[in-house]
Amino acid sequence: MLKFIFWRLLQAIPVIFVVITATFFLVRSAPGGPFDSEKAVLPEVKRALEAQYKLDLPLHEQYLAYLGDLTNGDLGPSFKYPGRSVNEILGSGLPVTAELGLYALSFALLIGVLAGVFAALRPNTRQDYIPMGMAMIGICMPSFLLGPLLVLIFGIYLDWLPIAGWGDLPGDKILPSVTLGSAYAAYIARLSRAGMLEILSQDYIRTARAKGLPEWRVVIQHALRGGLIPVIAFLGPAFAGLLAGSFVVETIFQIPGLGRFYVQAAFNRDYTMILGTTVFLSTLIVFFNLISDVIAAWLNPRLRAQFKGSA
Amino acid sequence: MRLFRFILPACVIAGMLTACAGGESNVESGNRDGFLHYGNGAEPQGLDPHVVTGVPENHIIRALFEGLAVKNPITLEPEPGVAERWDISEDGRVYTFYINPEAKWSNGEPMTASDYVWSWNRALHPDTGSLYAYMLYPIVNSEAYSKREITDFDQVGVKALDDLTLQVTLNAPTPYFLQLMDHYSSFAVHPETLLKHGKMTERFTPWTRVGNIVSNGAFTLDEWSLNRRIIIKKSEHYWDRDNVALNGVYFYPTENVVSEERMFRAEQLHYTQVVPLDKIPEYRKQGNTSYVQAAYLGTYYYLINTDRPPVDNVMVRRALSYALDRDTLTRTVLQETAIPAYSITPPNTLGYNPPKLFDYDPAKARELLAEAGYPNGEGWPGLEIIYNTQEAHRKIAVAVQQMWKKELNIDITISNQEWKVYLNSVSQRDFQVARRGWIGDYVDANNFLDLFITDGGNNNTGYASDEFDDIILNLAPRAKTRDERYGLFYKAETMMMNEMPIIPIYTYTSKHLVHPSVEGIHPNLMDSLNLKYVKLHAGRSLYGEAN
Amino acid sequence: MSTEETALLMEAEDGASLWHDAWLRLKKNRAAVTGGVVLAIMVVLAVLTPWIAPYGYEAQNLDLGATPPSAAHWLGTDIFGRDLLTQILYGGRISLAVGFIATAVALVIGVTWGAVAGYVGGRIDSVMMRFVDILYALPFMIFIILLMVVFGRNILLLFLAIGAVEWLTMARIMRTQVQSLRQQEFVEAAVSLGLPPSAIIFKHIIPNALGPIIVYTTLTIPSVMLLEAFLSFLGLGIQPPQTSWGLLISYGAETMEEYPWLLIFPGLALTITLFSLNFLGDGLRDALDVRGSKD
Repeated sequence: MLKFIFWRLLQAIPVIFVVITATFFLVRSAPGGPFDSEKAVLPEVKRALEAQYKLDLPLHEQYLAYLGDLTNGDLGPSFKYPGRSVNEILGSGLPVTAELGLYALSFALLIGVLAGVFAALRPNTRQDYIPMGMAMIGICMPSFLLGPLLVLIFGIYLDWLPIAGWGDLPGDKILPSVTLGSAYAAYIARLSRAGMLEILSQDYIRTARAKGLPEWRVVIQHALRGGLIPVIAFLGPAFAGLLAGSFVVETIFQIPGLGRFYVQAAFNRDYTMILGTTVFLSTLIVFFNLISDVIAAWLNPRLRAQFKGSA
Repeated sequence: MRLFRFILPACVIAGMLTACAGGESNVESGNRDGFLHYGNGAEPQGLDPHVVTGVPENHIIRALFEGLAVKNPITLEPEPGVAERWDISEDGRVYTFYINPEAKWSNGEPMTASDYVWSWNRALHPDTGSLYAYMLYPIVNSEAYSKREITDFDQVGVKALDDLTLQVTLNAPTPYFLQLMDHYSSFAVHPETLLKHGKMTERFTPWTRVGNIVSNGAFTLDEWSLNRRIIIKKSEHYWDRDNVALNGVYFYPTENVVSEERMFRAEQLHYTQVVPLDKIPEYRKQGNTSYVQAAYLGTYYYLINTDRPPVDNVMVRRALSYALDRDTLTRTVLQETAIPAYSITPPNTLGYNPPKLFDYDPAKARELLAEAGYPNGEGWPGLEIIYNTQEAHRKIAVAVQQMWKKELNIDITISNQEWKVYLNSVSQRDFQVARRGWIGDYVDANNFLDLFITDGGNNNTGYASDEFDDIILNLAPRAKTRDERYGLFYKAETMMMNEMPIIPIYTYTSKHLVHPSVEGIHPNLMDSLNLKYVKLHAGRSLYGEAN
Repeated sequence: MSTEETALLMEAEDGASLWHDAWLRLKKNRAAVTGGVVLAIMVVLAVLTPWIAPYGYEAQNLDLGATPPSAAHWLGTDIFGRDLLTQILYGGRISLAVGFIATAVALVIGVTWGAVAGYVGGRIDSVMMRFVDILYALPFMIFIILLMVVFGRNILLLFLAIGAVEWLTMARIMRTQVQSLRQQEFVEAAVSLGLPPSAIIFKHIIPNALGPIIVYTTLTIPSVMLLEAFLSFLGLGIQPPQTSWGLLISYGAETMEEYPWLLIFPGLALTITLFSLNFLGDGLRDALDVRGSKD
């Protein structure tokens, strides 16, 4: 197992390198530059700006310089926010997005797995249709719709919760976490129902039942393990995708997270910021995909054997 | 497996719920403590007056810094700021500013005339790359200095005669020069503070951070949390501190206008930057006094590329303009939040009124189109309108498309482009018709008309007229009287609008929601709010006095 | 599933009876049949829209503005005074097309990629899955902006772009499934019989992994439809006055307090479609469940 993890971490290096290189050149080929604005920029001003950011160098030199800085952990200065480094901006947004993502995924797992397992125990009955119907509505309900809806109900009509901010007023973390978590909860419910149905029809579950084990022990001790494999495969990319996905929620609720920077950097052509968030995102993706593969293996005894043999 | 027994998630959820207990709103606590909660529209790029551009930055910088002369919030006439008075020479070219001896930096040091010389050197220096350097171009030799044609700043018309006297020499009498002294590109920065953190011309130094920044306005920077909030507090050293009522201001980067309006309703904000169009009828219907709308110095128009057929034909351009029913558009789609425009300069720009050369006249429009060779739209090659991704632009484009289709029987396609792609299309002139808006930097027709100088950076239409250029660049600046100057502007604007390189659509208005507890916000043409004059009255609520 | 795959399945010894049995089981499932019928109606409506829509989709009446449902406009009008029913009918054409085509693209690429990676394993698996990781990590917005600029605005391109993004998760799910199936007796039996890998993958592995695939497909269709709205909003894909359900919902969400019908009706159209899809999907899953059918 350790060997497997080590190998995967080693593979991460070329992956991240390819991502950086591709992004660097993709971003430069997009039309419009960081200094374009609605009011025309005088040519002499543009030259001065480009010189300050070393954009006047040939592209390959800029690329090599960027890689050089990167190996020292320096992601460069932001174009959009003069005087701020990308490291600093990532550092300020990351804890917020991570916290939001943690709450959202916890909420999603709790609600989603419960609903999915519950539904799978009595397929094609009311116990199945009601939670699954709600999950379907959850999937149809994008966060740009659910967020405002929750805000109107709980923030304005009932006046129970603050509708914006993050850690400014008591309870202001609830609505964004639920909004972001709901879509994931719906997916998890559907996937765990499917996974559980698959497992519950298998021989070893029937054996367990035949032995007269109580249903909850069958479910928790035997079925859940295999039944959640599809959920785990989904969770890896989902968690990494939160960074981009939290953009809408962060905008609706005025949350100072990374998602807003990630999306806005592209619109602003903030080259270093795009690269910085991408480097960060690719690391996250490699890491969480690895974790989800490890957990999937751990849950599935048949796969576990595979790691002992080869990586 | 143990992890999935929901212990962790359950704890998290429980923790979140216990944190949920109703508290007092921002407005209540703000009114009690004298803090204004201000929706600022976006995170500022920065707070360095010579580096940033943009409206959200402007709001904060103007609270932290103060110019030589400021604008009266009601009349917009110049008033003493850092300078307690000034003289203007008879030929209108030499300004002598007398700095208020009480004017202090926020570290208690007195302000001096040489601070201004240093700051303007920085603002104009080619290495600084200030986007607004051109605001100082009326000063003798400043343009040459900022284009590196001369390198000796002593040749630029700015001199410190003594510690408190600053003399500025202009190229020509510039009636709006004092207004420029209230623009952040002309603000002074504290030289020692900047030099402590880097070179004069460096853009990246952390001198504007909390703890580093030294400013000279009514407020000082207290907290700057990226994308969360900026807090400023009343300055102890500001010369007019006795007249500052607020203890401080919270600025929020309220990007989402719909969220901003809801924050206002939930009393999380005292003031919003904008109001979503669809919410306005409801505020009006309720007779709600929170909604404040005022004329704004800006024009929304369609830019035409006069080199691309079919709009290379002036008859087609005029037909399109005649067929556009601005009254209906502003009444319906824009919910009466805009004034129909028929020229580039907004009406009553410091007493100047632009010509109105045409009106909505579909019959005339069809006639013109037929004359241009497309009777009843026959043989029409198609036309594309581009706009940048934004709800308001989409609504206007969709309505205009249908108006042209209905009146002229011509097919129009509309294309939505991402912001930088759109900017690129416009500057490369890769468009036929493009949405555009211009907001005045200062109140003067010159700021609108000089857009259309031949090959001007903001022209983009292909409009070129030597006579027009001559009036704007040479004749108008030398005009002896205001009437003569406005007469020249009128002549130039008439010439330009006859060629119709743009299709004017409407004059902007500023729209805000203001909480009833806030006083001292005076709507004006520049949408310029001086936070120094704002007062809060506790006990007033959005929903009646009871709360 | 492509016709080629179906053909391969049909070649299997018990293939014909498998599909026949599945069809019989599906017909018995009332929810699935209802779902199928509703979907068929939606598709027919979409095809016939130009002939049955009560108004032209561009026709505006600015002075009328947004009005609630009435006799003249059954579902009300939007702020331009355009008939909402007409908008929803035309929007359905785009949304259904995007939903089915983009999902099909994602399905074919994702299932094949994941199945091959999971089955072959080893170094090829590593390379294939790291490729997926790379695509995950590339900044999506920049990718979209570039596509828009390079290829112009083109609806086919929109389908491809969405499909190209959505297949990644499908591939990961498929791979995990295949890895677990590969160890099972019937696959090992097939291997020992000397069947070529392509036959094993398409005949034995994919049919047995159909459950999660169908479920994930029914999940992909709504996310594809909403992604389309997001991209159209940014300027890739359809341009106004063309519309789609996703766009109608996103505009409706902005004014849900003032003009709730502009949100409710497009939302209903999308929800009904997705429920039908879901019932049909579940029915198919149950009908095709080989092990379940042994009961």
